[in-house]
Amino acid sequence: MDTHSFGEVPPEDQEASSDDQLLPQLVAHLREHRGTLRDDWASRIHDSHLLEAMTPQEMVTETTSVYDNYVGVLETGSVEALQHYARDLSERIIPRGVETHEVVGIVLLLRDVLARSLFEKYQSDFGLLNRVLNAYEPAANRIANTVAVSFVDERERVIRQQQDAIRELSTPVLPVRERLLILPIIGVLDGERAKQLTEQLLRGIRTHRAKVVVIDITGAPDVDETVANHLVQTVDASRLMGASVIITGLSPTIAQTLVTIGVDLSKMNTIGDLQGGLEEAERLLGYTVTRKEVMDGS
Amino acid sequence: MTSGPALVSILRQGDVLVASVHTALDDSQMLRFQHDLVRQIGEHRARGVIIDVAALDVIDSFASRTLQSIADISRLRGAATVIVGIQPDVAFAMVRLGMGIGELPTALDLEEGMVHLARVRDRARR
Repeated sequence: MDTHSFGEVPPEDQEASSDDQLLPQLVAHLREHRGTLRDDWASRIHDSHLLEAMTPQEMVTETTSVYDNYVGVLETGSVEALQHYARDLSERIIPRGVETHEVVGIVLLLRDVLARSLFEKYQSDFGLLNRVLNAYEPAANRIANTVAVSFVDERERVIRQQQDAIRELSTPVLPVRERLLILPIIGVLDGERAKQLTEQLLRGIRTHRAKVVVIDITGAPDVDETVANHLVQTVDASRLMGASVIITGLSPTIAQTLVTIGVDLSKMNTIGDLQGGLEEAERLLGYTVTRKEVMDGS
Repeated sequence: MTSGPALVSILRQGDVLVASVHTALDDSQMLRFQHDLVRQIGEHRARGVIIDVAALDVIDSFASRTLQSIADISRLRGAATVIVGIQPDVAFAMVRLGMGIGELPTALDLEEGMVHLARVRDRARR
């Protein structure tokens, strides 16, 4: 069979020009059988239980436009439009819980479906099939790569955005009285967050002209050595800016950990709970809080 | 000694000397500043010294040690010292680099520095 097919290979110069013709030929073939190939692909997706978050209606629309984009890239060799489309698609489907493996999966399925149709079309001529695949494979790989990268990029962008939002929320610096700030710490304190906390606190001291800061760590489940040292440094830096720091809400576990790992807290002003911390802060600032008798039932 | 614009201005406000550092000082300039300041404490019979470092975006170990010695020397000459205007980034950098600023008194800004000195004097009078 080999000899037979090689016998049909045209002379050298013609072969070069027919190589140029291969891709348009291939694109034409894929366009011609668009309907059947797309349906074939959609049913393969269904069989593999991918993209089950989508309604059948959406599947038809999306698979059609992915198919057209795919063929478009094969034709022009430019991935830019596809990149744009993939990012757009990712933006739509990520909130619905579509996973990376699904997106990569459907693109690889399409690659497979199209390759099979090429096998079928060129099966009688192995040499030609080889050259068709030479034209097809690199482009197909590039497409799979582009789609996967766009999807992951988009996902990472979403994650970064959420992280920023959480971080903003997680370290509020609250002025409670003139010259008194409270910094409640809720959730796990890692190195990155501790650093951000320091920055926000020092900036807060400057803008609010604070003299006393209460850092309440009731809501922090655990503190490791790095974070504890960071806390000590924050207290020192605050002092350099003329503010004294009171730490409240050290849980029994954290207190024991700190003593065990030997963090030097001797210079730290610590008070059991937030209420006590506030009272101490008010005392330092010269506030006296008195309770007025309230007449009720009048 | 060195010519050119003053790197530090030392102003008298009552019996308090206010020294504003305008720009980063190298080691010899820092020492010259120390000499000038200590001399002027005697000349003006100052009871308090405020050193404003708000313009500095770096305070290295030599500078922080010199500030510490200025505070110690001033105390021996009868004046209390307070450092004001340390920027947030500078403060944290100093702590990170483990520069012991010891018992150096600090305050947020000039105004707070004045309040601090008044309080120190009150305490001394009692």
